[in-house]
Amino acid sequence: MEERFSFDPFVLPFTIGMMFIIIYLSIAAGKVIYDLPSEDRKKFFRSLFSWRIFVSIKDIICECLLHVRIFRRNRVLGFMHMSIAFGWFMIIVLGHIEVKLYAPHRLNLPYFPIFFRYFMKETEQTMQGAFFFFIMDFFLLLIFIGIGMALYKRFNSRAMGMRRTTRLKMADRIALYTLWLIFPLRLLAESHTAEIAGGSFLTNTVGYLVGVVPEDYGRGFWWAYSISLGMFFFALPGSRYMHIPTEALLILFKNAGIRSRKKGDGVATAAIYSCSRCGICIDACQISSAARKPKDTAVYFIRQLREGDPAALKSAENCFMCGRCVQACPVGIDSIRLRQNVRELKAPKDQSDYSYLPAMDIGQADVLYFSGCMTRNMPSILYSMKKILKESGDNYLHMDASSTICCGRPMLLSGQIDAARAMIMKNTEIIRLSGARTLITSCPICYKVFCEQYSLQGVEILHHSQYIDRLIKEGRIEVEKSSLNVVYHDPCDLGRGSKVYKEPRRVIDAVATLTSIPSAIDKKKALCCGGSLANTALSEGSRRTVTEDAYKQLTASSPDVLATACPLCKKTFEGVSEGHSAVKDIAQIVVEAMVEKSPVPGKENSKNSSAHITA
Amino acid sequence: MIDFGYGITRSNRLNLDEADLTLARKMARREKSFGTCIGCGTCTAGCTAGHFTAYNPRKIQLMILNGQTENLKEDLEKCMLCGRCQMLCPRGISLRSLWSKLYRALDAPHKTPSVTRDIF
Repeated sequence: MEERFSFDPFVLPFTIGMMFIIIYLSIAAGKVIYDLPSEDRKKFFRSLFSWRIFVSIKDIICECLLHVRIFRRNRVLGFMHMSIAFGWFMIIVLGHIEVKLYAPHRLNLPYFPIFFRYFMKETEQTMQGAFFFFIMDFFLLLIFIGIGMALYKRFNSRAMGMRRTTRLKMADRIALYTLWLIFPLRLLAESHTAEIAGGSFLTNTVGYLVGVVPEDYGRGFWWAYSISLGMFFFALPGSRYMHIPTEALLILFKNAGIRSRKKGDGVATAAIYSCSRCGICIDACQISSAARKPKDTAVYFIRQLREGDPAALKSAENCFMCGRCVQACPVGIDSIRLRQNVRELKAPKDQSDYSYLPAMDIGQADVLYFSGCMTRNMPSILYSMKKILKESGDNYLHMDASSTICCGRPMLLSGQIDAARAMIMKNTEIIRLSGARTLITSCPICYKVFCEQYSLQGVEILHHSQYIDRLIKEGRIEVEKSSLNVVYHDPCDLGRGSKVYKEPRRVIDAVATLTSIPSAIDKKKALCCGGSLANTALSEGSRRTVTEDAYKQLTASSPDVLATACPLCKKTFEGVSEGHSAVKDIAQIVVEAMVEKSPVPGKENSKNSSAHITA
Repeated sequence: MIDFGYGITRSNRLNLDEADLTLARKMARREKSFGTCIGCGTCTAGCTAGHFTAYNPRKIQLMILNGQTENLKEDLEKCMLCGRCQMLCPRGISLRSLWSKLYRALDAPHKTPSVTRDIF
């Protein structure tokens, strides 16, 4: 290899574009890190010099280059993303290796590895040279396959497992078309000089075809290639491709254990800019897929945030906060947190302190049962739980037998943190005063907030499914397995929200036959019932559509019972279940299958049982 | 009027010609389902906050419609937004949304926050 030139004016568009993007990204990254709360910033820098950096590097390779998460979702879609990202990365890396091998003194020129084939001439044929020619062509071909698939996806996204894709705006389109242009132009440019600089199966072949173009005009290809690169760099900040550099930063934040806490903190900003607008969340969101209202889906909401669009204030409300989009997101953006940030921003400054709540002393007990507001609307669950608790022989107390103080999660979801804190403090006081060591709740909404927001050290928090599971395991209640076919529906706050999947299934398995459902709507991907408290923007009609759709999917195998472990899910599904599979809470199913040790003392749990203690 | 020492509540529908219905109109606009309320009072029966105080969602609805908005905010502050009322409402009214919007409308002087861009 021999150097022909070291400079040509055509490198300017690329070089200027690259300098621009490097300066832009440095300032942006600096601002994002500066915006982190100081405690988080320390955490971030510390994580850079710990073993976690290796995890981050692995994650960056897996997600930014190989797109493993998309692969898991759909192989064709994953291959499309991987071929472009990984192919391009390899071309850049190999370009640098070539410079290092053949013209190491030129490594200081940023454009040299990119336009290597123009500046260098092949003097003798070597195996090493041929290897590089081949491998560069191979990766270019890989990119072409990816682009071909991306083009096809424009017309038929269903072939790649996507029912709906994102509606792109002009800036995104410009960046997209420039990106697509880069590679054909590179091929043309390299083909044009293939005879001098060498080439392989792709560049040589195309080289014969474009060989008819005279040398002077041929340089136009190099100009065009450089301009397309420069344009892409200039289009990058305004487009969705900001996700390429930002995703790496987001991964670093995540592995440092930093989570967003309010709007505008660095993590939130990094998350917003990491959104690639791939639109995978559009199909995952039931408001879009069932109720056919995709306009406030995570992807569009994040775009509104990025553009500073006031519409974000409204769309922040139109979400069940069920977490299906977060689960599906290939970048792992916590869009629920982003919505919560906006809700907190919107919340009234002057919030209630609930000073009217009296000091409550409910007495002493080992086990506290908190039914919660929702369970109080579903007495069937309440009675079942009381029966189970009585049968367990635990010294228990029904914490909110006469009146409930809300757990605070609904208030949190509305963004009013101070008001929620006031309720949390009141409940904490009551729990602490009772001296209980176990707190059981039959509502996943309460369970999640007890686990995440209450400081109840020394008190074990259990969802009733976990408690029942333990009782069965320890043989403290006797159950008989029936032949009922039961499908279990994971409540969002219990499954995705609190990662409780096994216990409810084990309980059902002990008392009935657990029927499986398609994995696309099971466990982590479970559907939302549509009754979620978190959405204050969706109309009752649309909610019903979501519920009907979820119910239909869940009961496709016509089970005898659709079991759930949440009073709100139960109530919501009951509204559409007429004549089909009955909707029951797992506590109810257990009580039906329970072999009682002691005779039932009639209607013993009457009104005066506010401080009901069983020995 | 003779003082019997007891009496029935005076009619709340005092004078609708003079009543200030700005809030009622605003709420009807902001929460469409509000108009479908039949005033059955199920919300009040199931109200979590109502167990502790005289807080009464049904009364709030009536006060909005009557234009008696003076003490509305103090009353509304008792609400825990738990959503039991919405779960029970036979008309399927988005009550949590209604209470939030009402609170925001009464939270004077309320400025709509701006969603600023976070980089440049």
